[in-house]
Amino acid sequence: MIHARGLVKRFGDFTAVDGIDLEVAPGEAFGFLGPNGAGKSSTMRMIGCVSTPTAGELRILGMDPVREGPAIRARLGVCPQTDNLDPDLTVFENLTTYARYFGIPRVEGRRRAAELLEFVQLTEKSGSTVEPLSGGMKRRLSIARAMINEPDLVLLDEPTTGLDPQARHLLWERLFRLKQRGVTLVLTTHYMDEAEQLCDRLVVMDAGKIVAEGSPRHLIETYSTREVVELRFGDDAPATYVEKLAGIGERLDPLPDRLLLYSADGDAAVNEVHRRGFTPSSVLVRRSTLEDVFLILTGRTLVD
Amino acid sequence: MVTTYAVARVARGNRLSPARVGAVINRNVGALRSGPAYWLVLASGFFEPVLYLLSIGVGVGALVGDLTLKNGEVLPYANFVAPAMLAVSAMSGALAETTFNFFFKFKYVKTYDAMLATPLRPMEIATGELAWAMIRGSLYTGAFLIVMVALGLTTPGWALLAFPATWLVGLAFGAVGMAVSTFIRGWQDFDLISTGQFALFLFSGTFSPVQDYPLPVEILIATTPLYHAVELIRGITTGMLSWSMLGNVAYLLVMLAVGLYVASRRLTSVLCR
Repeated sequence: MIHARGLVKRFGDFTAVDGIDLEVAPGEAFGFLGPNGAGKSSTMRMIGCVSTPTAGELRILGMDPVREGPAIRARLGVCPQTDNLDPDLTVFENLTTYARYFGIPRVEGRRRAAELLEFVQLTEKSGSTVEPLSGGMKRRLSIARAMINEPDLVLLDEPTTGLDPQARHLLWERLFRLKQRGVTLVLTTHYMDEAEQLCDRLVVMDAGKIVAEGSPRHLIETYSTREVVELRFGDDAPATYVEKLAGIGERLDPLPDRLLLYSADGDAAVNEVHRRGFTPSSVLVRRSTLEDVFLILTGRTLVD
Repeated sequence: MVTTYAVARVARGNRLSPARVGAVINRNVGALRSGPAYWLVLASGFFEPVLYLLSIGVGVGALVGDLTLKNGEVLPYANFVAPAMLAVSAMSGALAETTFNFFFKFKYVKTYDAMLATPLRPMEIATGELAWAMIRGSLYTGAFLIVMVALGLTTPGWALLAFPATWLVGLAFGAVGMAVSTFIRGWQDFDLISTGQFALFLFSGTFSPVQDYPLPVEILIATTPLYHAVELIRGITTGMLSWSMLGNVAYLLVMLAVGLYVASRRLTSVLCR
């Protein structure tokens, strides 16, 4: 579906995407994970054929995005980072009008619009304008709009950023259903749980480069340990404990508010901390997540 | 010549799809239907030139009496002012759509970003928006022509010929307005546009023959766009056709071509970064 080699995007002196290689297969849910400014959105815009690559090779659905943009876009569904729904139209018209841009006949457009509103659970809002809808509803409408042309490939740029937990879960569930239908999903996110929930495979991006690639499980197993212990020491700076706890687990990462201790056996590590005579104000043993992978790979947390 | 070459090159590069241009117009028809606010805007756009016509053309016209033109023809003042108001109405109808509304969609509600994620091309968006601006403008000018015929300021025959001329005026100003809108930084820039529009409104041979001005001023006016629109339409509604009107048509066609070309180029460079 997507093939990229040495893909580069520069804006003046600034290099947003710095030579990345990608391969996305049909039916896959593929994720770009990284902090703001990592180059995820620039990559998505190139894949969406609204931004021309500065250098490198890019093929979407086997076509050249520069010369065959309209033909590619006819088969893409795009859900942008910030909703750009049409405020002058009703919910239903947002879909039927969009259908016309793809040359879908009116009757067929109306049929699909009704079906998609059902799918994203907005049927009762059909005649409303867009403005009074909640953030989650708007995002669902954007996703319905992205599906109006029955796309082979759906691009979702931070689909749940800014939504409350309930709205996120509803959206994930709908996206998961799309995936079950065999739609290829490509999404960006800076949420670990989102990537773990939705993605079969992902790349971790930082400063325009891909720093790791694989399934969420594979990335965790490769770069992190099975368990992570989060230790807090009241008002003491966590960094001061790095030396004192050296040798426990496989790795120690001091954050401003807590110390992360990577270990295959979290409980054993905690016992060792106590045995050395330290009493943290709080102890949390948890499974390792992609967040930890990102921290290990880049030395920084994802969401500042 | 440079512009025709450039436009021809664009047309070759991406052939316009009538269906996709129609889809852009369709979006605006939908927006028109969805709220009463839009009708209000349309109504106000019609009344403004009619009020000018009644107050200045008929009111001041009663004081001024008949005008003797350079070619010796005598014309009642209202008949002289009315076609100018018609040209102004074609201009402002198109500009309202391609400046204010276009900018709002371009910068704030990101309508064009959404459109560009579909097979639509920038040139198709620009053409569709321009066609819509012309349709909107022709609602004003059609109604205005009916008023003119009713007041005996032109004949039904000349009115029928003047109608397509107002389309050309709408297209020319609409295209240039759209191109200018892509450079607008914020709402305060609209003051510049309205000031420019008002200056054109006052000094384009609208209320007095340009020959009454000193020669350098007359030449200066002859370079501005509304003058050509007024000359063209006045020639038709008064039935005083002349070869110079071909020059007016050419001027407006160049505006159309350059405006459309610049607008679609700017849509591409700003939105497809």
